[in-house]
Amino acid sequence: MPNNPVYEAITSRHLNYHQKLNNLWIAAENTLDVLEESDKWRYYYNGGGLCDMNEGNAPYRPRYVQVNFEKFVKQGSRFLKIDPPKDLDELLWSLEILYNYIPSITGKPVFLGNIDKLIDPFIVNMSDEEVLPKLERFLGYINRVIANAYSHANMGPEATRAGELILQLEEKLQLECPNLTLRYDPDITPDDFAEKAIRCSIRCGNPAIANHKAHKDTFRDGYGISSCYNILPLGGGFYTLSRIVLPRLAKMAKDRDDFLNNVLPDACEVLNEYMNSRVRFLVEKSGFFDTDFLVTEGLVSRDHFIGMYGIAGLCDCVNYLCAEKGYRYGHDEEADDLADQIMSIVEKKVNELPALYSEYSGGHFMLHAQAGLATDVGVTSGVRIIVGDEPENLLDHFNHSCRFHRFFTSGCSDIFPVDVTAERNPASLLDIVKGAFAKGDKYCAFYGADGDMVRITGYLVKKSDLEKYDSSEVVLQDNVINGSSNYKLNRLKDRKVRSV
Amino acid sequence: MKAPINRILPYSFVDGPGNRAAVFVQGCNIHCLYCHNPETQNLCRNCGACVETCPVSALSLVNGKVRWNKEVCVRCDTCIRVCSHRASPKVEVMEAKEVMAEIRKSYPYIRGITVSGGECSLYPEFLKELFTYAKQDGLTTLMDSNGTTDFSGYPKLMEVSDGVMLDVKSWKDETYEKLTGGRNDIVKSNLVYLAKTGKLEEVRIVTLPDYVDAFEVVDGIAETLGAEMIEDLLLKLIRFRRFGVRGELKDHASPDSDYMSKLEEHAKEKGFQNTVIL
Repeated sequence: MPNNPVYEAITSRHLNYHQKLNNLWIAAENTLDVLEESDKWRYYYNGGGLCDMNEGNAPYRPRYVQVNFEKFVKQGSRFLKIDPPKDLDELLWSLEILYNYIPSITGKPVFLGNIDKLIDPFIVNMSDEEVLPKLERFLGYINRVIANAYSHANMGPEATRAGELILQLEEKLQLECPNLTLRYDPDITPDDFAEKAIRCSIRCGNPAIANHKAHKDTFRDGYGISSCYNILPLGGGFYTLSRIVLPRLAKMAKDRDDFLNNVLPDACEVLNEYMNSRVRFLVEKSGFFDTDFLVTEGLVSRDHFIGMYGIAGLCDCVNYLCAEKGYRYGHDEEADDLADQIMSIVEKKVNELPALYSEYSGGHFMLHAQAGLATDVGVTSGVRIIVGDEPENLLDHFNHSCRFHRFFTSGCSDIFPVDVTAERNPASLLDIVKGAFAKGDKYCAFYGADGDMVRITGYLVKKSDLEKYDSSEVVLQDNVINGSSNYKLNRLKDRKVRSV
Repeated sequence: MKAPINRILPYSFVDGPGNRAAVFVQGCNIHCLYCHNPETQNLCRNCGACVETCPVSALSLVNGKVRWNKEVCVRCDTCIRVCSHRASPKVEVMEAKEVMAEIRKSYPYIRGITVSGGECSLYPEFLKELFTYAKQDGLTTLMDSNGTTDFSGYPKLMEVSDGVMLDVKSWKDETYEKLTGGRNDIVKSNLVYLAKTGKLEEVRIVTLPDYVDAFEVVDGIAETLGAEMIEDLLLKLIRFRRFGVRGELKDHASPDSDYMSKLEEHAKEKGFQNTVIL
């Protein structure tokens, strides 16, 4: 039975049991045909200009769910028969159980909470020696049972003792999962804590750094960071993420003017309509928001969900449209001005078009710089500069990012491998982060170029695991599968390594 | 004021605390055997030897002077390799305000500037002007110096300088002279003057076991400055590395890790608590 996804999953010698199950339920969902799809959607979809992110044909759970863990700790759960935790053991045990019931597109929870602040009140009367083995097992549980590097824990912006201990364990344990982000605010986060976090990231890939000031006002009841830097309302999440694949859409246009004046605005409308059909089915037909205990117990609420309107490949699109003149995105003013024009068109359209069940975000979808699919060829993440053509001067690179991050309210990021010598002076990278965040940059991640850990779109995998998987071994971590193709297709080993 | 500038790094992680722009002046008053950028030691004497070897014709001899076309230059450093005078044709004489304009391109990502070289203290008036501009912009200002200029003679410069990263290359004066061709007594008096005025940012020792007794240098600094002063003083123990080095040490081996950790241990015993091996 060649080319039958069910048969392929069942007989695979390359997937572990959970990875097979994942493929099987996707195949089951895709036997349905329940979404309203217009002819125009099919046209753009078949041409590659619009993409459904392989979310499946019948949405039965939001793409990502961000539980209000603070509320869970206060009230426990009737459905899970869990009382509010009274000590650290009970807290970690409760979280481990709850994590298994949080749905997402990956089948695993993508948001694990602000774990430093959840843990900190429970360790007040305990010594480091008492706390560390418990936290080590908790992180080990996430790493071995969830085993999916889209699963994302947050920390900060305050420095906490729990946060310090987590950083200490991250370096020791070298964990690709959970993904970890420090929400950083120079007015709140002490320099020494931020420097520790940066040094930790050079040694083990985690944490990334989010601009807390830039995001906190967008999300009135708090926000969390999931997966590859999706920034979402706490106690909610997002229904769906579809995207415009700009370089492929540009190739569907007759010329540059046709792209800017006709194709791009039209595709914006078509994507918006398609996303609404996904949201409508999820909210009105799937029953998730009527029956799931996360909703009925108030750990998430429907009115805290948004839809993410993804943009990918701005760099490749601009380079394609400027090919004749040879201008390059990230290097030539003419190319960057065109990129700005493209983004302004998209931003205007998205802010006009109505989004269903999106009262939280003012009745419109939110723009997201989508960081890529494993199978993307010729589509650079979001608004990043293509690997291998990054500006020589790191500060020029950040200046460029500042200009384009401004369009995105729900996630936009860059990734920088750095020479290990930078770990001697993490304050230097922190100075750069401070400058960039003050100038409007929203998110960045560093990792040591020579280490085993590599950041792919925004998640971490170990190079040693990629080698195992590529030589046909079955691996524990889900993301090695996507990471393997993405690492090669996007030539990630050629990213410019930053030093001095 | 003008100074010959070898290059300006828009950012550096290795020239003092935090992220800093680094300015390298051309010209040095000593010539260390282990100098890793000997092409910064002298000013070009316009002999023209480099002109013909430039693979992209970025160099030319005009009215007896070597001209460098930086737009054409591909930074292959052939000119530096062929120069027997330990100079570089890629030097621009710049006004302090021109240098400042370059540095401002790095805002808001830097917390300060460090001037290195060559030997920056050969241009005290230039430094004073540059640092004055930098201070007006809220930057910190450091010198990376061999300490052979008597800083106490330039109080106005020291007012606008946050500190000096000082090389103490040897404790014995004869060794110093053999190693550098310069005089050690000014270095030692600068060590005291800078420490007393709170301007000693860090002290560095380049370790080269067959030539310099680094243990003796550690002892000398400790005894001169006293326990209280050295406790928090950043002491950098820098392995000799042959990269860029010319002359008798061009193939010399680096000291091994065992030597470096013994030296660090010794420094800690003497009272240095803030040490780093590079």
